[in-house]
Amino acid sequence: MIQKRLLLFAGIIVLLAGAVFYSRFTEKKVDFNAEIRPILNQKCMRCHGGVKRNGGLSLLFREEALAENESGLPAIIPGKPGESELISRITHSDPELRMPYEGEPLSEEEVEVFTRWIKQGAKWKPHWAYVAPQRPEVPDIESAEWAYNPIDNFVAQSLEQKELVPSPQAEKNQLIRRLSLDLIGLPPTWEQTEQFIQDTSADAYEDLVDTLLASPHFGERWAAMWLDLARYADSKGYEKDPYRNIWRYRDWVIDVFNADMPYDEFTAKQLAGDLLPNPSQEDLIATGFHRNTMNNTEGGTEDEEYRVAAVIDRLNTTWTVWQGTTMECAQCHSHPYDPFRQSDYYSSYDFFNQSKDEDLDAEYPVLEMLEPKEDSMVHELIQEIQRMSGSTEVNPQSDRISQIKQALYPRIRIGDCDGWEDVEFYHQKTAQNWARNPNNIPDKSYWIFFKDLDLSKVEEISYRYKSKGDLGKIEVRLDSAKGPLYQELDLPKSPQERWLKGKVAPVSGKRDVYIWMVNKGVNDPEGRFEIMDLYLHTEGEEIDKALVALQDELLNLRWKAQRFPIMREREPKNRRWTREFIRGNWLAPADTVYEPDVPGSLPEFDPEESRNRKGFAAWVVDPSNPLTSRVMVNRIWEQIFGRGIVETAEDFGTQGAKPSHPELLDWLALHFQEEQNWSVKGLVKTIVLSSTYRQQSQVNPEQLEKDPENRLFSRGPRVRLTAEQIRDQALVVSGVLSRKMYGPPVMPPQPDKVWQSVYNNERWIPSEGEDRFRRGIYTYWKRTSPYPSMVSFDSPSREFCVSRRIPTNTPLQALVTLNDTVFVEAAKNLAERMLGAGEELDQQLTYGYQRALLKMPTKRTLNTLGQLYHQTLANSENQAFPIQKVSNTETGRERLGAMTVVASALLNLDSFIMKE
Amino acid sequence: MKIINEYITRKARYNSRRHFLKTCTTGMGAMALGSLFPSLSSAATGKHIAGNSFPHFPAKAKRIIYLHMAGSPSQLELFDYKPELAKLDGKDCPDSLLEGKTFAFIQGTPKMLGPQARFQQYGDSGAWVSDRLPYFSNVVDDVCFLKAMHTEEFNHAPAQLLMQTGSPRLGRPSMGAWVTYGLGSENDNLPGFVVLASGGNTPSAGKSVWGSGFLPTVYQGVQCRSEGDPVLFLSNPEGVSRDIRKNTIDAINEINREQYETFHDPEILTRISQYEMAFRMQMSVPEIMDIGKEPAYIHEMYGTEPGVSSFANNCLLARRLVESGVRFVQLFHWGWDSHGNGELESLHHGFVRKCKDVDQPMAALLRDLKQRGLLEDTLVVWGGEFGRTPMWENRGGYIAPFKGRDHHRDAFSMWVAGGGIKGGYTHGETDEIGYYGIADQVHAHDLQATLLHQLGIDHERFTYHYQGRDFRLTDVHGKVVKEILS
Repeated sequence: MIQKRLLLFAGIIVLLAGAVFYSRFTEKKVDFNAEIRPILNQKCMRCHGGVKRNGGLSLLFREEALAENESGLPAIIPGKPGESELISRITHSDPELRMPYEGEPLSEEEVEVFTRWIKQGAKWKPHWAYVAPQRPEVPDIESAEWAYNPIDNFVAQSLEQKELVPSPQAEKNQLIRRLSLDLIGLPPTWEQTEQFIQDTSADAYEDLVDTLLASPHFGERWAAMWLDLARYADSKGYEKDPYRNIWRYRDWVIDVFNADMPYDEFTAKQLAGDLLPNPSQEDLIATGFHRNTMNNTEGGTEDEEYRVAAVIDRLNTTWTVWQGTTMECAQCHSHPYDPFRQSDYYSSYDFFNQSKDEDLDAEYPVLEMLEPKEDSMVHELIQEIQRMSGSTEVNPQSDRISQIKQALYPRIRIGDCDGWEDVEFYHQKTAQNWARNPNNIPDKSYWIFFKDLDLSKVEEISYRYKSKGDLGKIEVRLDSAKGPLYQELDLPKSPQERWLKGKVAPVSGKRDVYIWMVNKGVNDPEGRFEIMDLYLHTEGEEIDKALVALQDELLNLRWKAQRFPIMREREPKNRRWTREFIRGNWLAPADTVYEPDVPGSLPEFDPEESRNRKGFAAWVVDPSNPLTSRVMVNRIWEQIFGRGIVETAEDFGTQGAKPSHPELLDWLALHFQEEQNWSVKGLVKTIVLSSTYRQQSQVNPEQLEKDPENRLFSRGPRVRLTAEQIRDQALVVSGVLSRKMYGPPVMPPQPDKVWQSVYNNERWIPSEGEDRFRRGIYTYWKRTSPYPSMVSFDSPSREFCVSRRIPTNTPLQALVTLNDTVFVEAAKNLAERMLGAGEELDQQLTYGYQRALLKMPTKRTLNTLGQLYHQTLANSENQAFPIQKVSNTETGRERLGAMTVVASALLNLDSFIMKE
Repeated sequence: MKIINEYITRKARYNSRRHFLKTCTTGMGAMALGSLFPSLSSAATGKHIAGNSFPHFPAKAKRIIYLHMAGSPSQLELFDYKPELAKLDGKDCPDSLLEGKTFAFIQGTPKMLGPQARFQQYGDSGAWVSDRLPYFSNVVDDVCFLKAMHTEEFNHAPAQLLMQTGSPRLGRPSMGAWVTYGLGSENDNLPGFVVLASGGNTPSAGKSVWGSGFLPTVYQGVQCRSEGDPVLFLSNPEGVSRDIRKNTIDAINEINREQYETFHDPEILTRISQYEMAFRMQMSVPEIMDIGKEPAYIHEMYGTEPGVSSFANNCLLARRLVESGVRFVQLFHWGWDSHGNGELESLHHGFVRKCKDVDQPMAALLRDLKQRGLLEDTLVVWGGEFGRTPMWENRGGYIAPFKGRDHHRDAFSMWVAGGGIKGGYTHGETDEIGYYGIADQVHAHDLQATLLHQLGIDHERFTYHYQGRDFRLTDVHGKVVKEILS
């Protein structure tokens, strides 16, 4: 033993000496990313990085490291290690002065590599993820006949380096179950499995892939992944957590995955569908992606605080989802490790700071959709109004909701201004807030904005109002909030509603109009007034009471429309200023105003593009962007293999995991982006056709030793099913799954008293009929109280974007699959089918085992199951499960009970919970 | 061969980032629990915790019972006695108190509101307590009052999140999750972090206040309920006896063992032990939740009534749970939001009822823990998420129908007892009307730092790496309140 140690020691000495000798004489070029960056990140950046700059020194960017610090000298002088303070400090003999401060000194090798690096010019190199992928050469491999496509060459190459060989192809039954779960999230039926086993044609596997890709369930399965990123939920979050009507966004995601919408288009629509030319209804629904932020409806909350929280969430989510970048670090200070400055954060923030939504309870802006009945009533009413008033013009081409607005003109009912696209408010006000004028705001006056109002024939404007005192005043200004005064009108005291008319000077054409409500006294209840209506009189025209009544009816119909939150941009002239929040605190904005831009460490923003969300989306999917495609292919890979090529799917930065197969990642990224033109189905197909994917998932001792976590993909994936898949699979196996798609969320049975939100009368009322058996993706997702069985299996609350679910393995999961009504009902249904499968017990057990696990049971398994069946039958307490569908005889009842116990065991087997 | 296999298995487990069992004996089924409540020694979690020496220093406390009064009781009617405020009662609030302030509901100029309860000094320590808490006034010598607590949030959900997770936004792990993640559980048959809610509703911020945030979901609080299954899905379906359940789990595990022999996936072994644990929990949880067997004098002491949902029952359960080794017991009692805009939310009705709900049981809990020698190493914490204004709330600028106060973040009272905290001590002081703290202010993060400190944890070194950065309960703040340590 001692001898061995000595030998080892001597070996190390020789190696060290060799290394020093070697470097002295050859001056090997230092690889910044491999040799310097890890030391900087681990030992220096805590105090000299983006957050803390002790002594005025930051080592994040080269120009910072080379700049003068508090000592008046730079830490690094390129080419001159002897004169560089950095070298003298890491080698200092006084521990008080030696760096890392209060830490272990750097090793001799580390000092040497720093010295050599400074000598060679102290060059920084960007982290791999910020450099566009280059097409790697597909390597030659020994097992060339094994490889189906280039994925396999890259995988086999790294296996060969470890002297591992790929695993044999999985059995066909294992393969079809795996493939089906991966592509559509559901297992195949036994019949489909048998058919596939019998199909010996050369294309059998590829045909199966194509069939599954074409299934409408494909969209449901992949939407489940995307909805975690989109933090889609059916409630608004925070205290009351009330219902949010946004399921059409979920349906849109399902549809576009099914239609295989290219990923660049998919991106553009979700980030900026509202800014596309002539956006369709679907384009607007797609913007629901960023309306999935939470909304605080708790009484007395500051809307601006939660608007800011939503904008921050949108920014962070966008960077996580599309760029695998932890931009949130830069909210309060420059990124500690990655090349993002705090200013980058706020330049990026500005793109998302211009949308109209403001944490309002009613969630404006919304897409309004009328049911057919109301729609035809609206149509008739509009025609009637046009008949009555010769001057009303309604464009039949515009959508119905816009027609309503046109039919009102020249009247503007204030309470209905919310949601009109061309109306805006002084910050964080709804029409109702604007019109009521609470009297304690500091600057005591604010405006409502109408875009392009035709004033050419307007001679007078009337206001319907009431006022507690004589302190109210109206000021109308044109073109900008501080533009020329167009009308000024004092509102005399009037506790009752009244109309008041005032003259205006003639102006020409369509103008932007700002109507200010001015309160002449602050904190004075006498200043309280309210405005209900405006009327623009042209050429002596008077208000027609009958017409007004019809208009009111029209507006009441408008309120019956379904309303979905969507994104809308503010008018450029009413844009918000983006200021940095000092230490991330929204109440402490700094003076500097930021223009929208992208970080300097990434490709430039196309000068031809508009500086808004649309331009930002174009930048994200531009071929020059080094991250977008890599991040997405990694996501898809992770969904299929249970582990990404970059394990930290959410962080491609220097603190994230290194890619296990960097060349494979780049090959896939370019293949996805170029050859496949961003087709997700194409990408999925490439991956599942590979031999790598088709390997069996059994582990042999050699693999367990050399590749315990399957990072090298030396075998097929063996991964626990997701929460949704576990539910859906049980429903398939027991034959009750409803294949109905789309629509409002459903409420399958859950235990009583799980929902107990405060100030919220919404109740969990179990759905009836087939809605009890819908796929998990359609289950009502309440953020503060998610569906309990799904949470047990690691589904997130969807309060925030989650890039990957970390699977756990807990006793609470066992309790769900053993005792939850959903699984108990499934077991009973399966048991009934088992009992009908033949006379012999073994036949029945085999039938059940096959249906659940899609393979043949071993003799030993059959014995175990048979024993459980007999034990249950013999048990004097056996009433096993309340059985509604009672068989004719007592023995029939007992047999069903015992078989239900067996079926329940099948639904709890590891092989059932896992994808193998 | 056997030894080699075992070595490989062990190594696979060690390397895997999943939560594997701590130990493995030769029989596959005979496994110690490990997964639901892994302690620090597990390879999976140790990785994230800075420094291997843990706890960081000798602990004074082993466990926490946290009594959260959701909605936030008024300190001015309980502990913070302000005779000057009584003199100002009914007068207009001076502008100086309103300038630059934002309130949840107060608008314009509200009136000042004097104390709506009578105060007296109690115990050797002479602590001021109002007549709303006659039982509690007898145990003040065991309690340390924090009179100048403050926070940044004045809406319920964010303020509760700040108090329980260190951040006003959703997504961070709760204190209980952090503590269980760090220290594990002392009981193999019970969850390490149990939540009990009473008062008719769960807290405003919902289950997120006991969530695991970015920590693995095994660390989230397990809510035990007094109605229905004490833990969701704990009961067997109707007609399935314990014997049948045992046979079922045996069969499942037998087939899973067979599966393991084919696949060699260590996760299968974990699943086997988790099914065994589930079976044990089915027995141990209902047992511990059944307070019926407690002697009569205990029921009398707490004012408990078996079978109902009450704060009293939950206090007794808390004692039973910590006695059995549960690390963190979190109680929520909802309904303290005394704005004055309705009878239930008023200082003379709803508030009085809430005081009655909690007074006797919380005093009993302290006494009971003490007589069992548990108070020494059990921290008991009591408080809301913020305080209440010395002004009478005038929602919408109108006089409220009942006496009530608005949310107030700048000053409120909490108390802490046991676990190495000074008894009969008052820390912190507010101004003459209880509006601002004027001495020894304690922020929510300071309280968190102090509680962790008593558990032997340095809040600055107790971090979890997530999405590119290290997170901790106290964010980048928090200072241990040394003055209150005994």
